[in-house]
Amino acid sequence: MYRYDEFDATLVNERVSQFRGQVARRLAGSLLEDEFKPLRLQNGVYLQMHAYMLRVAIPYGQLGSTQLRRLAEISEKYDRGYGHFTTRQNIQFNWVELKDIPDILQDLAEVEMHAIQTSGNCIRNVTSDHFAGATADELMDPRPWCEIIRQWSTFHPEFAFLPRKFKIAVTAAEHDRAAIRVHDIGLHLKKRGETIGFEVHVGGGQGRTPVIATKVSEFVPESEILDYLEAVMRVYNRFGRRDNKYKARIKILVSETGAEEFSRLVEAEYAAQSPHEKIALPVTEIERITAYFSGPDLPARPSRSKAFDDARAADPGFDQWASVNLQPHKHAGYTSLTVSLKPIGGLAGDATTEQMMVIADLAETFGHDDIRVSHAQNIVLPHIALDDLHAIYQQLDQAGLATANESLITDMIVCPGLDYCNLANARSIPVGQDIQKVFADPAYQRDIGKLHINISGCINACGHHHVGHIGILGVDRKGQEFYQISLGGRADEKAAIGEIAGKALSQEEIPAAIKQIIETYRSHRLTKDERFIDTLERIGHTPFKEAIYAAD
Amino acid sequence: MPLIKNNQIAENIWTYIPDDEPLGTESHIVLDLERFLSERQQQDISNRALAVRLAPADDPERLRPYLDELDLIEVDFPKYADGRGFSHAQLLRRRYGYRGELRAVGEVLRDQILYMHRSGFDTFSTTRADLSDVMAALDEFSLSYQKAADTRETVFGIRQKR
Repeated sequence: MYRYDEFDATLVNERVSQFRGQVARRLAGSLLEDEFKPLRLQNGVYLQMHAYMLRVAIPYGQLGSTQLRRLAEISEKYDRGYGHFTTRQNIQFNWVELKDIPDILQDLAEVEMHAIQTSGNCIRNVTSDHFAGATADELMDPRPWCEIIRQWSTFHPEFAFLPRKFKIAVTAAEHDRAAIRVHDIGLHLKKRGETIGFEVHVGGGQGRTPVIATKVSEFVPESEILDYLEAVMRVYNRFGRRDNKYKARIKILVSETGAEEFSRLVEAEYAAQSPHEKIALPVTEIERITAYFSGPDLPARPSRSKAFDDARAADPGFDQWASVNLQPHKHAGYTSLTVSLKPIGGLAGDATTEQMMVIADLAETFGHDDIRVSHAQNIVLPHIALDDLHAIYQQLDQAGLATANESLITDMIVCPGLDYCNLANARSIPVGQDIQKVFADPAYQRDIGKLHINISGCINACGHHHVGHIGILGVDRKGQEFYQISLGGRADEKAAIGEIAGKALSQEEIPAAIKQIIETYRSHRLTKDERFIDTLERIGHTPFKEAIYAAD
Repeated sequence: MPLIKNNQIAENIWTYIPDDEPLGTESHIVLDLERFLSERQQQDISNRALAVRLAPADDPERLRPYLDELDLIEVDFPKYADGRGFSHAQLLRRRYGYRGELRAVGEVLRDQILYMHRSGFDTFSTTRADLSDVMAALDEFSLSYQKAADTRETVFGIRQKR
């Protein structure tokens, strides 16, 4: 993983000092709350319903053991003993005090972490494939480019007061696990001959107006990508709407301008750059950063592990878990394992201090110190020998971290909802928990197979309901919480926005409606291997809608 | 309103004339873009110094033919959250080669001044910061990853020279 050099470290330390000064001025009253707001936001500090919340950046979702331990310590010392991993691969602490935040940032800086630009109308944390560097299906590792973009976008003087927040995602795999088509900019690494470059998608997003991104360039060579990004950003900064915050994202600029005209504006801005304006990132710098991501030295192993096979035969719980939570690794005898943060009846994405410590220890002992946060709010240990899996499983199980549901129906993305959030119209957490109870039987879940249910408590769509195979949106109907079901959304390479199935249902009706959808799928699927989303695409939405509303 | 130019308190000799007010008799006047473009053709003000104030929605490229004759361009930040002025400054300095005074006016906050300076502003008209604030703000970061309108070498570049 990337390590700071003295320049990166200096900048992060200077940021801590700057923010310490800003907080002191705020507490002394010389800085007004309205003036302080953009400053605290660009350090990830929100004022939530109950307290300040601090969002810490986990660039492209990667952590080392030392870093995760530090997050665990912060959760104990300054919060209430847990942290919340987010859909942008970050972590949030929900109960911190403003006066403590400079010290927390100092603690983070000591382990090469920060909260820079995790909120505010600026370029946010760059996200990526949580299996990057471990999966067999990628062209190359996308993380070096995520890191280059992180550095380029950090304290960018021109793009700190954009019309609205700005999110960039990078993938290098044909199967898109980074949801690049629902980002402001989605980059897909490609090769043309020997040249590495990027397919550039712009203007995707969720929220009130969900849009699948437009492909604005088939191929931008890697040597030009930062200059190209500058062109996109400048067009957005100059022409993005600022009269209405709900129309201020780049997706609205692209749709109102028209994809063709928008692309022309970007191309014209790009063509107008003079040689002295070009960033001209040195090749040696690309190589320097890439070298940090060469990955651990994994000793050769046979593709079958007797220890693994024997343990599966002897321990049914382990066998179930192993059949669900493992991802093929590019090296024989290894796997990428997912630690589910979605226990039945739990809070999606939450981990306690102790659980974070356990995961950090396991990563150090067995996992080459490499830990990832997935956008589905789980933790991944990407480089694990099959031989070690049973020992890891036993420790995870003791810590309440061995839920066998990765990408299954109970592995839901759920926003904090009305229980925690100022913006929400309805609660999300209890709805998710009620659904989990219906499908708690592990065998039933495995029979249903891969399926994403995403739940948002309002139209801001933090729970990604638009791209859930089944999406659930909380709405307010004359002071009552109701829930709208949508079908057919997906965030992968076939990205699509789900379609609303019909009238909203009450909270009590939702579990039964989901059950009807699932039973309809099970009775129509061609084989057990046909996923829900594929059956839905094949037979259309009508049978599902009829099943949901049959009781009416 | 304090005016800070090149790290010193400066005297302001310019008067901004809003579009709905008569031109008056001051020797140094600042006009909005459209009025500037039409007035500079007029004979009767040729003995007065003219400058221009850009609003966020203005296209700075329209000033390109006149940059040599301008001593001052003001860029207005009616709200601090409106960051279009940063792009105006970058375009004027880096693409169009403007060398005269570039002044940030409006809601100019202490904690934006480093980014403004990096984008090309050399003068700040602000009620929310005094000279020592501005000096401190300019000093908060000793390094930068990006190329901008200042003379700083990027971190990417510094690494190559080691």
